[in-house]
Amino acid sequence: MAKTPVPAIEGWFTQDANDPRLLGSQCTTCKNYFFPKESTFCRNPACDGNELAEVPLGRRGKLWSFTNNCYPPPAPYVATDPFEPYAIAAVELPEEKIVILGQVEPGIGVDQLEAGMEMELVLGPLYEDEEHEYLIWKWRPVRSASNAQSV
Amino acid sequence: MAREVAILGVGMHPWGKWGRNFVEYGVHAAKAALKDAGVTWQDIQFVAGGDTMRNGYPGYVAGATFSQALGWNGAPVASNYGACATGVQAINTARAHILAGFCDVALVVGADTAPKGFFAPQGGERLDDPDWLRFRLLGATNPVYFGLYARRRMELYGATELDFARVKVKNSQHGYTNPYARYKKAFTLEQVLESPMVSDPLRLLQICATSDGGAAIVLCSTDFARKHSTDPVRIAGVSTVTPQYPNTVIEMPNFATDSAAGVEMPDTPFRDSIAKAAYEEAQLGPEDLNLAEVYDLSSALELDWYENIGLCNPGEAEKLLNDGDTTIGGRVPVNPSGGLGCFGEAVPAQAIAQVCELTWQLRGEAGERQVENAKVGLSVNQGLFGHGSSVIVKR
Repeated sequence: MAKTPVPAIEGWFTQDANDPRLLGSQCTTCKNYFFPKESTFCRNPACDGNELAEVPLGRRGKLWSFTNNCYPPPAPYVATDPFEPYAIAAVELPEEKIVILGQVEPGIGVDQLEAGMEMELVLGPLYEDEEHEYLIWKWRPVRSASNAQSV
Repeated sequence: MAREVAILGVGMHPWGKWGRNFVEYGVHAAKAALKDAGVTWQDIQFVAGGDTMRNGYPGYVAGATFSQALGWNGAPVASNYGACATGVQAINTARAHILAGFCDVALVVGADTAPKGFFAPQGGERLDDPDWLRFRLLGATNPVYFGLYARRRMELYGATELDFARVKVKNSQHGYTNPYARYKKAFTLEQVLESPMVSDPLRLLQICATSDGGAAIVLCSTDFARKHSTDPVRIAGVSTVTPQYPNTVIEMPNFATDSAAGVEMPDTPFRDSIAKAAYEEAQLGPEDLNLAEVYDLSSALELDWYENIGLCNPGEAEKLLNDGDTTIGGRVPVNPSGGLGCFGEAVPAQAIAQVCELTWQLRGEAGERQVENAKVGLSVNQGLFGHGSSVIVKR
């Protein structure tokens, strides 16, 4: 029987499989963005705002840098056994001007990545238990002409 | 004229993986520093401890823990924490007490007993703690962040794996005779480049280990120093700055940077601002340095620090390294102690140990790793959650 997919953390991203988005917040006064969400005060020291609206962040951005985990991270990470190394990307969103970390979709290694590539957000499994599959956001190169050399 | 305090004595317990109680290393270092200073424990009027988060309650109240272990002398204590920058938080607390006239002579102590392997967050199910969440949701260990910075250097400036390996080789050649170092081995490029990949492009031998160790300093007013020493090394500047908004470089333990949308960028990025504040206080500049101790959490990160502390322009660190400028005998040796590459990191002791090394160097007591004619030295470091740390020492 298929396991029920549930988010690995509540309220950090939408679960629309076709257009998944990270959920940030935006100050209604200065328009600055936050991820993860701020809900009480704006952190911009030049702003007195305390009204923050939840906003879906842009789905695409530019690869700022990347690395990988060749060894299983310690708990509370739930590592597969046997462990499969995976890449981690830092992606800069052009509109929000914020760099956000994420795992890279399985099967895409560091040798297929290059700074400046266009990346997009997808959802994928982080770990599972008997009943559930826990979902998390992941980055992957956009399948386009400009990224043709890598995917 | 900059307001200075004197370093009357320094002491360390050798770094290693000894597995004993951290208090023992701290007391060992404190006794060595007191002896070096020529004062007794009873003379100490203030104690600043560097806290450790991995050794239970005694670690959270390190000032009192070390005082109790040395035998209560009634002096006020402060317990300080700033992650990797903890040691300089403690130094600055003691310095402030001295400069404010609350005491004449103070003891600074930091020590740690470190777990094996990756640093991991505290246990439990802590969904509001970014340090817990970064492990849970990303598996973002500390080397992951170091790997991101290293790869960024390669992409921006064309740095190579070989450049990073050369940093490790240089530091191991500097430090393998250091009696306080944990790794007493001069590694070759082949050994570094053949070690297992941990977080690409960083290999095991390019990533700082976690160590046990202890370091201590006796600080005093310049008046007090005149009565106890002929020519003490002095602290001319201390920086414990935090970032200015927005910080657009991804930092441990965060998931994201601050957003630069609709806000003005600060004049100085965080890592450049750390040493800058110390230079300003000391009324000195990078051109005055004879040596530096920088936080080589990874071999690649050492190259970033060259630029952050003003030894060269962005993108020129590899040239500085490969020209031998930062090797002992070069223009401005970096990490003559061997750095974290030879020590591993004993978190609350490490920034204090950096200042111990600068002190020995400026006194001409550094033995085989002595930097000729050292008159001004700088330490720099950064602790997660936005703690800058830098000390300028001169004679």
